[in-house]
This record gives sequence, C-alpha cells and structure tokens, in this order.
Amino acid sequence: MKLNSPLQVYKYLPKINCGKCGEKTCMAFASRLVDRSKKIEDCQILLQDKEKFLQLAELLAPEIREITAGVGDRKVRIGGDDVLHRHQLTFFNPTVLAYDVWDTMEEVALIERVKKISEFKKFYVGHYLKLDMIAVRSTGESAAKFKSCVEKVTEVSTLPVMLCSFDPTVLKAGLEVCADKKPVLYAATKDNWEQVSKLALEYHVPVVLFSEGDLDSLKTLAVSFNRLGINDIILDPGTYPEGAQLKSTFENFIKLRRAGIKESQKEIAYPIMAAPITAWMIDNDPTPTSYLEAALASIFMIKYADIMLLHSIEPHALLSEVYMRETMYTDPRTPLKVDSGVYKIGNPTKDSPVITTSNFALTYYTVESDLSSGRIDCYLASVNTDGIGVEAAVAGRQFTAAKIKETFDEAGFDFKEKTSHNTIILPGLAARLQGDLEDVMGIKVLIGPVDSNQIPGWMDKNWL
Amino acid sequence: MSKELTLAEVIELLNNVEVEALEGVTFEGDIEIEIDESVMNFREEANKLIESRFAVGTVNEWTTAIEEVTIGATPANGGSRGHAVTVGGEKALPYYFDSEMKNPTCVVAIDVFDMPIQLAKSVRTSYEDVMESPSDWAKKVVSEYHADMIALHLISTDPKRKDASASEASKTVEDVLQAVDVPIIISGSGTHKKDPEVLEKAAEVSEGERCLIASANPDNDYERVAAAANKYGHVLLSWTQLEINAQKELNRKLIKHCGVSRDRIVMDPTTAALGYGLDYAYSNVERIRLAGLTGDKELNFPTLSVSSNAWNAREAWMISSPLKEDSNWGEREHRGLIWEAATGFALALAGCELFMMMHPGSAQLLKKITRMLGGSINEEKTDLSNWITKLII
Ligand code: B12
Ligand code: SF4
Repeated sequence: MKLNSPLQVYKYLPKINCGKCGEKTCMAFASRLVDRSKKIEDCQILLQDKEKFLQLAELLAPEIREITAGVGDRKVRIGGDDVLHRHQLTFFNPTVLAYDVWDTMEEVALIERVKKISEFKKFYVGHYLKLDMIAVRSTGESAAKFKSCVEKVTEVSTLPVMLCSFDPTVLKAGLEVCADKKPVLYAATKDNWEQVSKLALEYHVPVVLFSEGDLDSLKTLAVSFNRLGINDIILDPGTYPEGAQLKSTFENFIKLRRAGIKESQKEIAYPIMAAPITAWMIDNDPTPTSYLEAALASIFMIKYADIMLLHSIEPHALLSEVYMRETMYTDPRTPLKVDSGVYKIGNPTKDSPVITTSNFALTYYTVESDLSSGRIDCYLASVNTDGIGVEAAVAGRQFTAAKIKETFDEAGFDFKEKTSHNTIILPGLAARLQGDLEDVMGIKVLIGPVDSNQIPGWMDKNWL
Repeated sequence: MSKELTLAEVIELLNNVEVEALEGVTFEGDIEIEIDESVMNFREEANKLIESRFAVGTVNEWTTAIEEVTIGATPANGGSRGHAVTVGGEKALPYYFDSEMKNPTCVVAIDVFDMPIQLAKSVRTSYEDVMESPSDWAKKVVSEYHADMIALHLISTDPKRKDASASEASKTVEDVLQAVDVPIIISGSGTHKKDPEVLEKAAEVSEGERCLIASANPDNDYERVAAAANKYGHVLLSWTQLEINAQKELNRKLIKHCGVSRDRIVMDPTTAALGYGLDYAYSNVERIRLAGLTGDKELNFPTLSVSSNAWNAREAWMISSPLKEDSNWGEREHRGLIWEAATGFALALAGCELFMMMHPGSAQLLKKITRMLGGSINEEKTDLSNWITKLII
C-alpha cells in the first residue's frame, strides 16, 4: 500500500460526504480504506471517475500480490500483506495450509485421508479452525495414475487442490480433470518453465515457481512469467528441513518479504510458499518427524509463508499449526469480543444458577463450552469488559460491580422474577468483587473456582 | 432504464472492477480482440528466460545492540559454576542476516520447584522420582535433560502453601548450588509482599554466583530486591505485564534510582501460551526488541520467556476435547510437548533469548531448531531437486 494516511487517500475521494458507502464522511471512508476494512468499490461515486479510481486502486493495492485459488465456499486468498510486523497493521489472509496425498495411495486410504483433511475442525473463540487445501503429489508413476487420483480427490472434497509434479505432462493430465476448480500448479522450474507457463496461461490457474535455494533464478522465473502475462505467481525458494540449509531458507523468506514490502520491489512481491513436508525426506520415524515438521510450520508461519505444504495429519501437529496461524493472523487492532448480555445455556429454570464472565471472546467461549459440555442449564452473563479477559480485566478495572449491574440492567434481567435464589456466581479470579457486588446489587454472591472447567464439579458440591 | 452495451464498454467495465474471468457468458456476432503488444513480442521469443539478479538491503535503523548479560560465575570470576551463559549482544532481529548473532542460540532453563507441585501429567512423569528433593530434581534436569541452567522456584515460601521462612528457603538455594554447577535463576513465589525478603536472603547465600534474581516488578518492593542483587553480585529480572511502557519505566527506575548496571538486567515482559494470549505477547516482545534495536536505551536488554506456562493451556494437558464437535485431539503427550515448544518458537523469533521450560522434549526441540537457525548445527545436506517424487512416505 503506497498510501498510508487517510489524508492522502482523501485527496482522491469525491469529498461530498454523501454517505452511500456507509460512512458519514469521505474522510471516515478514507481511514477505512487505509485500515483495509472497506473496499474502494464501496464508493459508487468514485466508480464513475475511471481514471481516479484506477489511480487510487493502484496506490491502495497491497504490497504483496493477493491471489485466489479454488472456487465456492472453500476458495482461498493467498498473500496480500502490507507490513513486516503484525503490530504495524495486521497480517492479512491466514497462511493457507495444504496437506498432501499421493497418486499411489490405495483408494480406500486415499478417500479416508482426504476426508480427514477436509473435515478437520477445532472450535476456537466462536468459530472453527480448519485446513484449507489438498496437495496431490505425483510419485512419477504415470500421468494417468495422477489424473485418476486428482479426479477422486476432487470428487470427494470441495477443498481447493494443488497439483504437484515437475513433469508438465503430469500437470496437464491433472488440469484436464480439475481446471474449472482453479487449482494451484506446483511447480515451474528453470527446466520445465516453458511448458508449465503455457499450462498456466491456457488454464488460467495460479502457479508456483520453485528454485532450490537460489533467489536469482527465482527472480528470473518471476520476471519472465510476468512478461508472459502471468501474475498469479507464488514463490517457493525451497524449504530445507535442517542444519545450515534451514538457516539459509529462513533468511531467504525474510529477504523476499523485505524486498517486497520494505523496498517495494514489485517484480518479486508475490506470496511465498513453505514446504515443511521436506522434513520427511530426512527421517521416516513418525513422531520426531512430525515434531520437526510442526516446528518448521510454526517458524515459517511467523516469518512469512502465505501458503504451506505439509504431510502429517496427526492431531498434535494439526492443532499446533491451526493455533499458530490464528495467533499470527488475529487482528491486533481489535480485541475479539462477544456482545455483552445475559445468555441462556441449555434450558434454565428459576432454580438454575446465574454465572458471570467477561466479554473477551476467548473467555466467553471457553466458559460457554465448559458449561454446555458439563450439561449445566444456566444463565451466563457476559459483562462488557471491553474484550478483556477476567483476570486482566479485574486488574485493569473493566470488570467491576458497577459493570456487572449494568449488564443485568440493560438486559432487563430481574433476579426476583427470573430466579428463586437471588444469587450470582463470580469467577474465582474475580473474588475480590464479592463485597462490592453484594452492596451494589443487593444479592447473594458466590465465588466459583478459578478455572471454568472446574465448574461442573464445583456445582455438585456448592449448588443445591 | 435499460441500456445496450458494446463489447468495448463491457471490457472497460470489467477492467474497472478487476474482474479476471467471466463464467457462463456467451457472445454472439463478430468479436475483435486487442492484444497487448508486449505479450505478443515476448511470445515470439518465449524460449528464453529473462535473467535477473536478486538483491535486498540490510536494515539501517538497527543501530543499537542488545546489552550482553552474563549469568553464572566460574571460579575465575569468584563463583563456583562450571560455566557461565551469556545472552544478548545481537544487532538485528533474531537469526536475521543483517548482523552476525554474537551468542547465536537461545538458552533454556528448566524449572525446579522447592516442594512437590501439581504438574500436567506429561511433565510429571519426567520428575515424579525427584519431586521431594530439589537438589535431586536439579541434578536430573542437568544430567539427563541437558538444561543450560535451572530455574529454582521458592514456592514453599508462599503463605498459602507452606509459608516457609526466608532462611529455610535459602537453605534449598545452597543445596541446589552444591548439587549442580550450571548457572541458576532464583525465583520467589510470586507473592509481592514476601518475595523481597525471600530473594534478599537467597541472594546473600549465593553471593558471587551471579544468579538471575526473579524478580523486581512494579508491585513489589523492587528497590529492596535490586539492592540485594547489587550487593551480592547478581543479575536482576525486570518483570512487567504485557505493557511496553510499564517495562520501560521499570527498567529506567532500576537503572537510575536503584543503580543496577546495564549488564545486569534481563527483562520478562510476560509471555503467554499458544492460544491464550500469545498473540499479545508475541507483538509486545517484538515491539520491545525493535525499540531496543532502533536506539531505545531503556529497552535494549535480553529477554526471558516463561514458556512453561504453555501447560496452562487446556490443549496442552487435557486428555481429550470437552467438545464433541471437535476432531480428535490425539495423544496429549505429543500435544503438550509441541505446545510448549511452539510457544517457545514464536517468542524466540519475537526476541526472547532465555527460556524457562518444563518438558524435556520441548526444551530439546526448541534448542535444536534455534541452533540450526543460529547456524551452529550443520546437518547433512538435503537435495530438493525432484523432491516431489523422491519423497517416499
Ligand atoms: C493476554 C493477557 C493480557 C492482554 C489481554 C487480552 C484480552 N483481550 O484479555 C493484555 C495485553 C491487554 C493484558 C493487559 C493487562 N494485564 Co494481562 N494477561 C494476559 C495473560 C497473558 C493471559 C490472559 C488470558 O487471556 N487468559 C485466558 C482467559 C480465557 O482467561 P480468563 O478470562 O481469566 O478466564 C478463565 C478464568 O477466569 C475462568 N473463568 C472465566 N469466567 C468464569 C466464570 C466463572 C463463574 C468461573 C467459576 C470461572 C470463570 O475460566 C477461564 C478459563 O480458564 C495473563 C497471564 C496468563 N498467562 O494467564 C495476563 C494477566 C491476566 N494480566 C495481568 C495484568 C496485571 C494486566 C494489566 C493490568 C497489566 C498492566 N500493568 O497494564 C493489563 C490490564 C489491561 C486492562 N485490563 O485494560 C495479570 C493479572 C494479575 C492479577 N491477578 O492481578 C496477569 C495474570 C499476568 C500476571 N502473571 O501477572 N493482559
Ligand atoms: S460514498 Fe464516496 S463520496 Fe459518498 S461519502 Fe462515501 S466516500 Fe464520500
């Protein structure tokens, strides 16, 4: 993004404050463009001035090109970043996680693996963390074998696919059965680039350029492809799994991203791909290798892979991978919160407990899932703590007796009418609010355990 | 109002909104298509690559080195440690090529508690036999788990546990210094009222060993802790809670008012577990490190992470997911190990160089990977050409 202050962007806007974009003023819209929470197409008036529109679009385009793969619901965006450090804005488009299958797999095993990849999910602060892509790897047996494997995979799963082979005839065979699903081609090299570039043009699909540890030839490929009119490019500088080669891999990722963002070298400002799967080239012992692979995944998710090719689908590897991605890609500008209010969990009656917690999304959903899975019917009040967790909010005084009262008042929750016990339960970490809360609300206050996963056990002992 | 469009207008419209492809559209009649000349030209000679060279600069803004801090004193320096460890000294983000890392790896201290404590099962199995004796515990983590240092936590002094006295606790410090010869971190129980007294006594009995005293923080009598560290020749941990300005202020006070020398400060800006605040902690540490490198002399100190708090994350210790909708969580032994290591990786890349950890496997993994990134392990070379077909799984 060449423009980073709302004032600079404002110059290009119609300055008539018509409000059609949903913002009160053009200036407000300008700041939404800078933080990328609105799109330039949202200003209908600007759309009519083609020249200005294009100029601004160019100036607001992300430094790293953003490309898409796949179609439908599970379509993915790759790249599109504007900063080197997440606190400077946020990272966009979470690293796309692709897991491999290979064309010599028995059909039953293949289908099972594809389903596991497609169906994996882990609940985390209000949504499910999932995997994104299936990479079909040619073992070199034959193009026909590859083709039927791709066919099977796209039949069983709606996830986007990556077609992996250095042999253009194999890639072509794969494209023949799934080009309409916008797969990613892996990969063009110095040896096969002529044929692979033709495939990319003919089928209009994104293509990965691979060069083993050599950034000169990677750039050579990128510049040449660009001149051929191919811009949906992903760069794979090679991921070496260990030793001094790993060090140079790490450095290559930083060099590429720095060139793209800090030095605005457009010829090389494309998304980057890492392949922690190469851990399996040095060892086949599943447990240590899955650790090494997950370790490489963490490292390159932090520095700066936009898409990643992996092998292990053991839960311990998958969980750490989807969590690390979430960590790096949550928007540091806004705490994740839920609306404050009083929610029903299960089917509460007058005898059911009333429980309080904060409106920090992580806290709320943790507590909610503990209550639901413990089958506790209750009212759960999410107090407006500005999206701060219980412990930090008690320390920072966003979780106070007054705030708790406010939540119940605003929800129109009357203890006399809704409960038979006139009692409220506080988180263990908010014990110090007990006295205040009794005074302010005139109700009985019980102190729950420290961790919400202990609530079910605690209820057995402390609730009638 | 309807309007007829020419093909040229349609193309212009599409250009405006960056549409790349149309699906399910048919045109009737003759169509003229203009093709960009540069593409045509190149097409003719598309049998040649355009040779290019890649170059990128280094970061000029990184003007200031992180302070070098040595923990542990050998006999030559008036202590009894077999070796000392030095952290800091870098002039770039961790493992970046902008400048050579002076001390190119992260240092791992494994936790030892002065009384039995509740631990996650996958961690407990490693220490079950030594939990009753801090010195046996210390010996085990050094000889079997290759800890670079140990972090001794005097939790028995907590009034809510045993309320052990400062002198009782300092006896344990002496025992542990006898039992092992690695540098040690001495940590209180986290009780702000009592820690200064406990740490003062511990500093006294370990005089000259150049231990890391944990900690001085805005909520305890940090002047007293700092005075003890100064008097008995130790290094001080400056601990704040996820707030860059609070960290700056405490460091300033320690230097200006308490007379702690710059080569005796390590920071703990508070780090959190993967999934439980690591996003905040990562960015906080990274911001602090960038500030230090770009010349903020109140923030250019080595940084410690208590990565062992990864074990608070339920994903690290629970047998299985409490939610039936979740996919299988797999075995917690593997999950926990990765959880602590992954927490460590993120913080190592953000700017931490010293780690408190608990699981021996996690510690090993973090050390191995960071050593490779630092360039001190040269494994056999891997050949990636044709890796797609060579990979047999
Ligand atoms: C991430 C974090 C932050 C983030 C907050 C992000 C956010 N949106 O909440 C930031 C950086 C903003 C932050 C700031 C501060 N923090 Co802070 N922070 C943490 C950290 C690392 C993790 C907290 C967390 O997210 N936990 C996970 C959530 C799910 O926990 P939770 O909300 O408490 O919910 C659990 C329980 O309370 C319980 N529970 C919840 N509801 C209910 C309901 C019932 C009925 C029951 C029974 C149980 C229950 O179960 C939940 C699951 O286990 C902790 C340290 C740590 N490792 O734990 C420090 C910590 C909480 N922070 C602390 C402090 C002091 C602060 C600051 C005051 C620091 C400062 N000087 O500025 C500020 C305050 C900011 C503010 N309030 O405006 C201290 C609190 C010390 C104390 N007990 O007083 C901690 C413990 C660090 C420490 N070791 O000292 N912090
Ligand atoms: S739609 Fe355009 S002109 Fe109208 S207020 Fe928004 S930015 Fe301004």
